[in-house]
Amino acid sequence: MEQSTLITIDNLVKRFPVGKGEFTALNGINLTINLGEFTGIVGPSGSGKTTLLNIIGSLDNATEGDAVVMGESTSNLSLKSAAKLRRKHLGFIFQTYNLLPVYTVFENVEFPLLLLNMSGSERKKAVMDALEWVGITDKVKSRPAQLSGGECQRVAIARAMVKKPVIVLADEPTANLDAANSHNILKMMVKLNQELKTTFIFATHDDKVIKYLKRKISLEDGKVVKDEFTKVKGE
Amino acid sequence: MIRFLFKGLLRDRNRSLLPILVVTAGVTLTVFLHCYVTGILGDMIEFSANYTSGHVKVMTRAYAENKNQLPNDLALIEVNDLESNLQEDYPTMDFVQRINFGGLLDTPDEFGETKKQGIVAGIAVDIISENSKELDRLNIRNSLKRGRLPEKSNEVLVSDEFATKLEVDLGGTVTLITSTMYGGMSIQNFIVSGTIEFGVQMMDRSGMIADISGIQNALDMDNACGELLGFLDMKNYDDIAALNVENTFNEKYTDPNDEFSPVMTRLKNDSIMAGYFDYVDSFVGIIVTIFIMAMSIVLWNTGLIGGLRRYGEIGVRLAIGEEKGHIYRSMIYEALLIGIVGSLLGTLAGLGFSFWLQEVGIDVGDMMKSSKMMMPGVFRANITAPAYYIGFIPGLFSVTLGTMLSGIGIYKRKTASLFKELET
Ligand SMILES: Nc1ncnc2c1ncn2[C@@H]1O[C@H](COP(=O)(O)OP(=O)(O)OP(=O)(O)O)[C@@H](O)[C@H]1O
Ligand SMILES: [Mg+2]
Repeated sequence: MEQSTLITIDNLVKRFPVGKGEFTALNGINLTINLGEFTGIVGPSGSGKTTLLNIIGSLDNATEGDAVVMGESTSNLSLKSAAKLRRKHLGFIFQTYNLLPVYTVFENVEFPLLLLNMSGSERKKAVMDALEWVGITDKVKSRPAQLSGGECQRVAIARAMVKKPVIVLADEPTANLDAANSHNILKMMVKLNQELKTTFIFATHDDKVIKYLKRKISLEDGKVVKDEFTKVKGE
Repeated sequence: MIRFLFKGLLRDRNRSLLPILVVTAGVTLTVFLHCYVTGILGDMIEFSANYTSGHVKVMTRAYAENKNQLPNDLALIEVNDLESNLQEDYPTMDFVQRINFGGLLDTPDEFGETKKQGIVAGIAVDIISENSKELDRLNIRNSLKRGRLPEKSNEVLVSDEFATKLEVDLGGTVTLITSTMYGGMSIQNFIVSGTIEFGVQMMDRSGMIADISGIQNALDMDNACGELLGFLDMKNYDDIAALNVENTFNEKYTDPNDEFSPVMTRLKNDSIMAGYFDYVDSFVGIIVTIFIMAMSIVLWNTGLIGGLRRYGEIGVRLAIGEEKGHIYRSMIYEALLIGIVGSLLGTLAGLGFSFWLQEVGIDVGDMMKSSKMMMPGVFRANITAPAYYIGFIPGLFSVTLGTMLSGIGIYKRKTASLFKELET
C-alpha cells in the first residue's frame, strides 16, 4: 500500500509562560503521519496530548520547530490561512461535544458547510448523509439539550465528518461516554476511516479507544517515548 | 450564513431579548428625561415670560437702561396708541401693559395713624377688564388663598404672609405710599379683596398685585406704563419669531437720538433669561451625557457578559474554520441590530410617555398643596426635535462599544485557550 505523508512534525517544542518562568509542554517531537491512519496519541494526563493536537489543528502555535500539515507549515501560517486549512480539510471532535445549543441537530451539522458556500440542496444531502453515517437521522430537528451524551457525540462526529475532511482530530472523544456508546462510536469511526479514507488522530488515555488504534504514539512529559503499529483484530 | 446567525440570535433570548430590553429601557429613559427636562425648563422660561419679560417687551430706551430700579419716571407715554399700533402691526400677538412699582404699604388704625408698615413690591396688570388673559397668564385665580379677585380699580391682592404681617383683614384698607411718575408724593388707599400665595419667597414676603388702572391713577400714569409686554401666539417661546418682531419694531419705532423713544427687547436678551437659555441647553446636555455614560456602562457589561458567555460558540466557530475577523464583525452586526431595534422601541416608548406627560402632565398641585404657586401647578414634558434621535446615541453607541470591548477578548486570546476556558 502506497503511503503518502500528511503530517510532518519536526523538532516541535511548545513552552507555556507560567508565572515568571516557562513550562515545557512538548519537548522535541518528531513524527510523520500518513494519509488514512487511525492513530492515537496516548499518555498520562499532562503529557501534552491536547497541546500537540491543537498545534496540528493550527489552533495553537509551536514555540520552536514546525508541524507541516498537508504541505502547510503551521508555524508560518497566517490566521487567515489557518482558518482556511481548518475550514477545508480539518474536522474537530471534542470531549465536551461543543454543539451549539440554540441550533437543531441538522443546523449544527450544516454549519461547517455554510462556511464552504455550498448550495442549499447540496448541504441538505451532505447533512443527511453524515447523520446517516452516525445513525441519528430520526433526531434531525432536536436540540442538543434533548439528546443523550452518546447522541450528542454522534452529532459532533457528523459535524466533523460532513465536509469529508482529510483529517479528523479527536480529543478524548469518549471521556464522557459509557462503554457501549464508546464502542459504538469507535466502530463508526473505524468504518468512516475505511470507507472515506479519513485520517483520524486521537488524543486519549482511554483503553476502549486504544484497543481500536492502528498506531499508538506514547507521550510522556512532552516527549515521544514509544511509537508502535498494532494489528487490530479483523485485519 | 447571515440567516443562520440571525436564527441563532432570535432563538437565544439571552442574546436578543435581554439586551434589547436593556437598550429599550435605557433609551426610553433617555428620551423621556430629555423631554421632561426640556419641558420643565421650558415651563420655567414660560413662567418668567409670563411674569416679567413677555416674549418681547417694549420700554423707553431710558427705562430699559435702568430697569432694575423700576424707573417709572421714565415710563412709556401715549401707551394706548402704541398698544393699538402694535396690535395692528402684529395681529396674532397679544400686548399688555404692566407697571412694576415699589414703595411702602401701610395699615392705618381707626384714627388714620400707621398701625403696621412694610416695603412692598407690586405689579400692576389688567385684572378687571373682561377679556383680559392676564389672570390665566399669571395663574392668579389658582394662587388665590383667601377672599376674591379684585373687581374694581381700587381693590388689590396682597400676599398672604404680607397681609398677616400688616394685620390687615379681607375688605380692610391699605395705604400705598410711593412717588408719582413726575416725582411727587403719592398716597393712595386700596381695599384688600383677597390674599395670594406666590410660592416665591421674596414675593410672598412683600408682594402685591393691583389692577393697572388703579396704579396708573395712583402714580399719575394715565395712558402710561413702565413696560408693554408682547406674547407670541404659540405655546413655547420661539426665538426666531421673537427676533423678527424685535427687529421690525425697532426699525420702525426706535429713535437713537430720543431716549424716550420705545425700544423692544426679546426674552432671550433679557439679562436673567439669557442665563436660563444657556442653562436649558447645557443642562439637557449634561443630563443626557451622564445618562449616556451610565447606559453605556450597563450595556457594556451586558455586551461583555454576552461575549464571554459565547466563548464556547466562538471556539467552535473558529475550530470549524471561520475567520476571527468574520466572527468579530458578525458580533458587531448583531450588536448594531440589537441597538437599532432597542433604540427604535425605546424612542417610541419614551416619546409615548413624554407625549402623555406633555398632554396630561403631572399635577404637582397636590404635592405642593401648602404653597399654591404662581408657577404652573402641572409639570409637563415637551417633545422637541432631538427627542426623536437622542436615544439612538446611547442605544447604538453603548451596545456596539460593549460588544467591541468584549470582542477584543476574542482577538487577544489564543484560539486554543478559548477551548480551555470552554472545557473548564
Ligand atoms: N495555556 C497553558 N498555559 C500553561 N500551561 C499549559 C497550558 N496549556 C497546557 N499547559 C500545560 O501543559 C501540559 C500539557 O497539557 P495538555 O493539555 O496537552 O495535557 P494532556 O496530555 O492533554 O492532559 P489530559 O489527559 O489531562 O487532557 C500540562 O502540564 C498543562 O498544565
Ligand atoms: Mg487533554
